[in-house]
Amino acid sequence: MDSAKRLGRRLLPQFIALALILMLIWMVFPAFFSLAIQNGRLYGSLIDVLNRGAPVALLAVGMTVVIATKGIDLSVGAVMAICGAVAAASSVRGDPLVLTLVLAIGTGLLCGLWNGFLVSVLNIQPIIATLVLMVAGRGIAQLVTEGAILTFNDPGLIFIGSGAFAALPMPVIIWFVFGIAVAVLVRRTALSLLIESIGINRRASTLSGIRTPVLLMAAYMLSGLCAALAGLIVTADIRGADANNAGLWLELDAILAVVVGGTSLLGGRFSIIASLVGAMIIQAVNTGILLSGFPPEFNLIIKAAIIVIILVIQSPKIETAMTFFTARTKGVDKAEQQTR
Amino acid sequence: MNQKYLPLIATLVIFVLAYAVCAFQYPNMLSTRVAGNLLTDNAFLGIAAVGMTFVILSGGIDLSIGSVIAFTGIFLAVMLQNTSIHPLAAFVLALAITTAFGAIMGAIIHYLEMPAFIVTLAGMFLARGMAFVISIDSIPIKHPFYATLKTFYYKLPGGGRISLIGGLMLFVFAVGILIAHRTRFGTNVYALGGGAQTSALMGVPVGRTTIMIYGLSGFLAGLSGIVYSLYTSAGYSLATVGVELDAIAAVVIGGTLLTGGAGFVGGTLVGVLIQGLIQTYITFDGSLSSWWTKILIGALLFAFILMQKGILFVSRHRRTHA
Amino acid sequence: MQNSPNNILVASGVVKTFPGAIALNAVDFSLRRGEVHALLGENGAGKSTLIKCMTGAYRKDSGGLALDGVEIDPRDTLDAQKLGIGTVYQEVNLLGNLSVAENIFLGRQPRRFGLIQTAEMNRRASALLDQYGIHINVASALESYSVAIQQVVAIARAVDLSGKVLILDEPTASLDAQEVEMLFRIVRGLKEKGLGIVFITHFLEQVYDLSDRITVLRNGRLVGTRDTVSLPRRELVTMMLGHELLAVEKEPRQTGSEAGPVRFRFSNYGKAGSIKPFDLEVRKGEVVGIAGLLGSGRTETAELLFGIEKADSGTAEIAGVPANLSSPRAAIANRFGFCPEDRKTDGIIGDLSVRENIALALQARQGWARPLSQAEQVALADHYIKALDIRTSDREKPIRLLSGGNQQKAILARWLATNPEFLILDEPTRGIDVGAHAEIIRLIEDLCAKGLSLVVISSELEELVAYSSRILVLRDRAHVAELNGAEITTDNIVNAIAASSVNKGAA
Repeated sequence: MDSAKRLGRRLLPQFIALALILMLIWMVFPAFFSLAIQNGRLYGSLIDVLNRGAPVALLAVGMTVVIATKGIDLSVGAVMAICGAVAAASSVRGDPLVLTLVLAIGTGLLCGLWNGFLVSVLNIQPIIATLVLMVAGRGIAQLVTEGAILTFNDPGLIFIGSGAFAALPMPVIIWFVFGIAVAVLVRRTALSLLIESIGINRRASTLSGIRTPVLLMAAYMLSGLCAALAGLIVTADIRGADANNAGLWLELDAILAVVVGGTSLLGGRFSIIASLVGAMIIQAVNTGILLSGFPPEFNLIIKAAIIVIILVIQSPKIETAMTFFTARTKGVDKAEQQTR
Repeated sequence: MNQKYLPLIATLVIFVLAYAVCAFQYPNMLSTRVAGNLLTDNAFLGIAAVGMTFVILSGGIDLSIGSVIAFTGIFLAVMLQNTSIHPLAAFVLALAITTAFGAIMGAIIHYLEMPAFIVTLAGMFLARGMAFVISIDSIPIKHPFYATLKTFYYKLPGGGRISLIGGLMLFVFAVGILIAHRTRFGTNVYALGGGAQTSALMGVPVGRTTIMIYGLSGFLAGLSGIVYSLYTSAGYSLATVGVELDAIAAVVIGGTLLTGGAGFVGGTLVGVLIQGLIQTYITFDGSLSSWWTKILIGALLFAFILMQKGILFVSRHRRTHA
Repeated sequence: MQNSPNNILVASGVVKTFPGAIALNAVDFSLRRGEVHALLGENGAGKSTLIKCMTGAYRKDSGGLALDGVEIDPRDTLDAQKLGIGTVYQEVNLLGNLSVAENIFLGRQPRRFGLIQTAEMNRRASALLDQYGIHINVASALESYSVAIQQVVAIARAVDLSGKVLILDEPTASLDAQEVEMLFRIVRGLKEKGLGIVFITHFLEQVYDLSDRITVLRNGRLVGTRDTVSLPRRELVTMMLGHELLAVEKEPRQTGSEAGPVRFRFSNYGKAGSIKPFDLEVRKGEVVGIAGLLGSGRTETAELLFGIEKADSGTAEIAGVPANLSSPRAAIANRFGFCPEDRKTDGIIGDLSVRENIALALQARQGWARPLSQAEQVALADHYIKALDIRTSDREKPIRLLSGGNQQKAILARWLATNPEFLILDEPTRGIDVGAHAEIIRLIEDLCAKGLSLVVISSELEELVAYSSRILVLRDRAHVAELNGAEITTDNIVNAIAASSVNKGAA
């Protein structure tokens, strides 16, 4: 009960932002909220937002955990392309669906293991470590697809991208179920505490007995897993693997979703649910601009504006200025913190 | 031997070896024509990479340059199409905009104490968005001045030619080397990369230097955009996506420490040429696929990051046991 | 004396308060031309605060500072540098990636037409270093030279920039004997030239070797300024550590040192370059105190015991069985706990709540899959907040907002929650106010009575004497004495610390 209330308070700004954006879209595009059922499946702009936002939402899940450890994963877009290519190649080869999925997801985990190894064992800065795979990844994906757009017609694989279950598109179900499952997993176990601890103070965490290298590795592997799922969805949706364009620049959208969700880029406290809402905010802006007849060109400018606003809010300088104003009431606390 | 030259020497050795292998297989690749084309084809990347070198030397990163190049290109194309302004005036205007753009990012990084990564990410979105707003079409540039500029080149013996833009890139590298090693600003850039706090204690004007670094990067991205518009005779807002990655790769392969403080502008030129060489080889070969470029560059990137980590480890080890 | 014309830098009645603590309380300090003046005191005594007030890194609250008889108030270190006060720190505050010459001339490189005259700069740098008897290639990166050379370069830069007062903040901490000799030769040369030199160190030999006068601070107050030649070493240690040193005698402990068998035994335990091999035995229900000056190997001993550093010699046994202590995690599995000296970087997880900080080590040991429920955490936190009297308005408050003493108690609670058998406390009472101080001492005695084995490192000798059943004394990164039973007096500790390491000789 208590924790539910706390979660509500934590998510309030994101929900307000999302509501405002939805209202704005609704004002210029009144049909936005209308839903229709055809062939036992829901259609409508709202469903569209949920559906199109699936890849970024999935990536944001892993990215949130990685950022909470004070890291970053630039390679997720490229990993999406690799996993999509692996899945398509496997499907074209005639592998059974299960094997295809295992191969794709295994590839994602392997990519995550590589990143995690560089970060936690070789101690390379995350931004640099994951850059390697970001640069090479698309080449590897093209190597798998041999440069062509690999198309397939396995109905099972296609179902992941464009099928529907309980009237909802599969991608919506996948990101929703997966996102909530991971969120529940980290909250219901001690993972959230241990991850936040590492992100805030890695040395003190190790001294308290936390297995820092293992957890760091796991965070990057989760990110790889998310990229694999996102890659599967994108590939299944277009019924082919496009090594050049699958997941292009989605790492940046995923980072943006995490930032919009209020998780600090400096690590520590995190909320996966908030990042999911963040991903939906980004997608709502995208869809809204399309629907309202604005040229899509404004999309990027709005994203830039969102980053700048959040930067200003999160800036340590601004925080110092703010605490200066509230210092009168909390003077003692702040003062104690500054000694020593 | 001074170990600060080690990555640079490694880069040079790789380049010479690679060229030797190429020339052995395809003697044609030794011709001045290929060498000239190598410069022309990579001119815009090289110029932008000089700016990136300064940014990385100072311990920062600039993700916006690809977008800024595209913005400059489309800005020039639309200006020359819709107004009667002379290209040179348009150049000056474009450079002023991109320089100010970079400087503002530098100011935000310094004064709001935010990571360069996220600030320049916003810059990347903004510049690309502005490019889209100007036009989403590919707009050809038909101004006669462009045609005139293309007739300037220096003929090499053997039929090769150093085009205006190829020459400009070499000139920018020369000036970049001069700035890096012979000006107080250059030393301050290295100082920032060595440690911002220590630099401030030693009297380096950290704020001014940061703003100048990103301003310089913006200026060179703008110049790169001009070169790119000359190279393609068009402006297109979707052009040069991901050039920042190529530039970062060129800088690191050129021997600059990605964490800042050590490296050479000249090394970046070799880094750019290695990338160009891989592409040229693949074109010559015909059977090899283009994706090997990316994989090879990624592998080189990894090798250099590892090598620098190793050098750092060895030198620290040596010092504690000195 | 304050107005003696020979004084170059005079600080009078300097006060500096930080919220919640008085770092400097009306401290007087005077520095003469052509003298080396040692500034001594344990951590937290206020010497670095005094230095920072003189170099402009801090602004003093009140009091006067005069250079050459003129009142000054440096805004920052650059300002102080321009006025003539230069500082060289232990961690060389230069840029290792720049060349030696660039470091010396950063921001004032000789130029022609806007371009740096590199050759001219290198020539001048070489000439400057020649004066110090250093002949090196000044075009090479600074980090390619030894710390000693870097130290000299830092001195050369500071003197070249400032030229009146030179402050050396633990410059010899990481130098070997020969390098120290070279440095001292240079410092003596500068003294001849009439510079005033402030020298901070924790090596007493060096103090007697180099300094003309000594000023001792303790707890933010001036203890006294004396001429080095007329200050016996024992008296100096007394000034630094004890107050009146009314020879606190040991009250025989009830909980017996003889009672329990040896539970933890470290034999010939050590790590090259960190601490010489030592033997340590700790019984159940016993506190073993570790005394020694700063830099004597106290913290290194603690880090070795807890597996932060791996021992490269010797064995560890628990109840006669060899124990694996290769990492903190392994040590924790053997029911070890460690409260580090630097709470901020090694102890607290600043943004996490008091509750989470207390539950952390227990949770880490249980593993991620067996979480402590919210209710268990709350119960745990509430129990220890009450038991240790941790003063916080709310158990959900981020721990960084608590005062030092309460942070210390919370970290202690973190370990107590794991039900440890062996606790290592590194300076548990440092930087916390007097009230909390007494409580922590009471806690240590309680824990001991409950059967825990403790190793406590402290520079507060009375404290150690009060609760230890045995005391190990460290000097120069080696265990040099062990005091038992009636031998445990502050007097004996001071004697053991001060005993000139004659056998060390010139090495």
